[in-house]
Amino acid sequence: MPEKRKGFIASINGNMVTAVFDTFAVQNEVAYIIHGNERLKSEVIRIRKNNAELQVYESTTGLKTGEPVEFSGELLSVELGPGLLGQVFDGLQNPLYLIAEKYGFFLKRGVYLDALDKNREWEFTPLVKAGNKIRPGERLGFVPEKIFKHYIMAPFSTQRVSEVVWIAGGGRYNLKQPIARLKDGDGRETEVYLFQYWPVKIPIPGYAEKLKPKEALVTKMRLIDSLFPVALGGTYCIPGPFGAGKTVLQQLTSRHAEVDVVIIAACGERAGEVVETLKTFPELVDPRTNKPLMDRTIIICNTSSMPVAARESSVYTAVTLAEYYRQMGLHVLLLADSTSRWAQAMREMSGRLEEIPGEEAFPAYLESRIASFYERAGLVRLYDGSIGSVTIGGAVSPAGGHFEEPVTQATLKVVGAVHGLSRERSDARRYPAIDPLISWSKYTGFIEEKQEAKGHQILRKSNEVAQMMKVIGEEGTSLRDYIDYLKGELFDFVYLQQNAFDKVDEATAKDRQSYIFNFIYGILEAEFSFRDKEEALHFFQQLRQLLRGWNSGPWQSEEFKKAEEETSALVNSKMATKKEELNAQNLH
Amino acid sequence: MRKTYTNIIQIAGDVITVEAENIGYNEIAQVFTGRGTSLAQVIRIDGKKISLQVFAGSKGVSTGDKVKFLGHPMRVASGDNLLGRIFNGSGVPLDKGPGLSENMIDIGTPSVNPAKRIIPNKMIRTGIPMIDVFNSLVESQKLPIFSIAGEPYNELLARIAIQAEVDIIILGGMGLKYDDYLFFRDTLEEHGALSRSIMFIHTAADPVVECLLVPDISLAVAENFALEGKRVLVLLTDMTNFCDALKEISITMEQVPSNRGYPGDLYSQLASRYEKAVDFEGAGSITILAATTMPGDDVTHPVPDNTGYITEGQFYLKNGVIEPFGSLSRLKQQVNGKTRDDHRTIMDTMIQLFASYRQSAEKQAMGFQMSNWDKKLLRYGKIFEEEIMSLKVNIALEKALDRGWQILAQCFNPEETGIKKSMIEEYWPKKQ
Repeated sequence: MPEKRKGFIASINGNMVTAVFDTFAVQNEVAYIIHGNERLKSEVIRIRKNNAELQVYESTTGLKTGEPVEFSGELLSVELGPGLLGQVFDGLQNPLYLIAEKYGFFLKRGVYLDALDKNREWEFTPLVKAGNKIRPGERLGFVPEKIFKHYIMAPFSTQRVSEVVWIAGGGRYNLKQPIARLKDGDGRETEVYLFQYWPVKIPIPGYAEKLKPKEALVTKMRLIDSLFPVALGGTYCIPGPFGAGKTVLQQLTSRHAEVDVVIIAACGERAGEVVETLKTFPELVDPRTNKPLMDRTIIICNTSSMPVAARESSVYTAVTLAEYYRQMGLHVLLLADSTSRWAQAMREMSGRLEEIPGEEAFPAYLESRIASFYERAGLVRLYDGSIGSVTIGGAVSPAGGHFEEPVTQATLKVVGAVHGLSRERSDARRYPAIDPLISWSKYTGFIEEKQEAKGHQILRKSNEVAQMMKVIGEEGTSLRDYIDYLKGELFDFVYLQQNAFDKVDEATAKDRQSYIFNFIYGILEAEFSFRDKEEALHFFQQLRQLLRGWNSGPWQSEEFKKAEEETSALVNSKMATKKEELNAQNLH
Repeated sequence: MRKTYTNIIQIAGDVITVEAENIGYNEIAQVFTGRGTSLAQVIRIDGKKISLQVFAGSKGVSTGDKVKFLGHPMRVASGDNLLGRIFNGSGVPLDKGPGLSENMIDIGTPSVNPAKRIIPNKMIRTGIPMIDVFNSLVESQKLPIFSIAGEPYNELLARIAIQAEVDIIILGGMGLKYDDYLFFRDTLEEHGALSRSIMFIHTAADPVVECLLVPDISLAVAENFALEGKRVLVLLTDMTNFCDALKEISITMEQVPSNRGYPGDLYSQLASRYEKAVDFEGAGSITILAATTMPGDDVTHPVPDNTGYITEGQFYLKNGVIEPFGSLSRLKQQVNGKTRDDHRTIMDTMIQLFASYRQSAEKQAMGFQMSNWDKKLLRYGKIFEEEIMSLKVNIALEKALDRGWQILAQCFNPEETGIKKSMIEEYWPKKQ
């Protein structure tokens, strides 16, 4: 063991401390500031001559010049192993429930607990034999964790190929007992445990190849799945002004999305919102597994009043955990709320470092950091041929709601879909407030292309007519245009909008979405004959009421079928042509 | 015995730099000047150079003045002795009462562990339908009142304070006009609320650094009461002055400004205060209402913008009424499902129709022909403004809901409202 490298504090400015070191320092290594019996974690972010500038993950109150600093030589890392699911961590992977148990209401400074319980035993089943050759990330065995097989892999940090010298037999092991020994090409042996460490800022390797995202990720939000789909292994962002419903949208997605594991990174946002997830998820049942939703969830929460530097690392912690579960051949969804707070944390630090500021004082490396974060998403084929994915959905909180600001712009460049929220829609209580006119997606969903195109077209047309009506008035608008306007509004009200407080309407499964979209497509394509605008308006109002009732009827229930019949009858009564076709569609 | 230092080497703005050793970050010091003694706080340490922010301002500080470090961060007295008292931003009494030094507590304590928070679930009734029906206020919520100079935001704060069911009211005034301070004091006194109130007042004439301390001091005292099981309502007015004070200090410290001169950490600074709002499991709670004036009525100005991202909604006070658009209580869903089962229906329907009314009113203003539907909406909008929206209306929630159904029945046919059939059958007023 080399002797611990030491230094001492030379200056303090907010959460940035400059330490003078005697031998050498490593960029991004973790250093501890020794303050009485407290050890405060920090990271080296710049080195100048023999000054190391540290961003401290804690409050710096009371620190003095001359106090000792210890350099660890390790990059900021997380523990990866069984026992992560269902946990709640802060940005540095401290288990918050355990801290609450030991220290009460407040987050005590300088307290770091192990993320994983090292004494807990797991039932291990080996999958390899001594003498097998193995690559980093390949499976040595597995333990059961909640509903999944949690594969124990050869450490990602090992060399390209190692040989299994020894593997433990099936049985119960805790995290302190070795379960295998590997020998690399140079003859060095390493012991393998049920868990391993990995530095958060480096993507986890250990898969055969990265694939193009193809299959849709079903969120059960009609507006998203039908018009602006997200792909498994893809990326998307949700920019929107405050109060437009970003967080509610993410909460709904975290509940209903059809993926194996959901990781929620509450980064610099309100504590109250995380609490809602914390308290409700253990009680909500995942319809796919009949287990509590919490069993498939990990929450990383570094809320706005927690130390800023840990906020910066929290998104990396989250994505590293996501990549780890991807290695099990699982589909992981990472929801980061909000990436703007993460960018602001970078800005605060950059300011303290007195770097030359870029636009709106954000650092010049903002874009590349955002890009490399989203690039950690992806669909991968593992060595054994199974497929895993990390999908990243990041909320963006543009200053003043202006999408021109640097964080939004840098994000738009790198994502595959954008769900833009607008103040106008949320003011009009049209939820989800995703504005179809500013959103887009490069992925393909499960709705037929022709139908999806019709949906987009009628919304654009309806908006055009609405804009025109503001200038020339209703009386100056032709009945034909007016009907298009009403169709667009109907589509919006009964299909795009979803009532998050209605048990049935809050989530629409794939089959039902296809079915209803097909039905409404019939209405959008139909030609109606009305005497005047008033009759048309009245007709669409009636239709809206019926279809809303339909939306809250359980799939294929009596109520559902009755509402459908009533609607069809009403539609047919005003239909000019194409009656037969619509009937044919309904029968189908 | 703490050492006293006399070598002040720099004075810039309200920040002085002194050479000293063995000083802790954020430590408090006393500065003895010809004009009296002021507290100061360490805000930067660079080797032996210690920069301090002088609470009473640097006017009249001489390079030969004495600085004595106290060896601890900023503290404030706490406990029942504070009730009914008035202090300035550094905790010095403004009334004729004695100075307090018991139960001293640190200000700016660490953040609450999210795992120890609970989901807020108690509605605070105010008797204002625009709040109770449309944007219910919830215990432990943090809500700003976005407004512009000249609007009655302080009156609204005071009215909520005296009508809300809480144990203790703490008023933090920042850059307050002296008349406004007297208004708060007199209103609370008139309604017998002064004996359960504590005021920390920084008036516009006081040194700017003290303004920065007001929210911290108010919230530290509030937290102490909450931990003892009290439900505390903290009123802060006006947070824009607090942000401007932050701006002034950070520019003096030569920090790179980010947006319109405000420091890059404005969001974190605001969040660390607002996030003190909490409902302690098994103890009391802190609810924060903060007036935030928007320069030029611009909600995208950095102060209201950053605030909106932190708080759980906002009340938007304009032309003397709480605007239904732009106002939002994010926590209302936690409580408005448990009041009466038509609460949400009335809330959603009336607002959607009111939005349509605004469109029709716009059309009318531009001289377009009004359809029958437009005429119905115009009639509805007018009644809504008079009987629901006006701040003069002071009725209980249930009464307001009943009034909502009556107004709807007065103006529309059931199917025009888009309300679900089952609700219509139960609540739609029958024709007499």
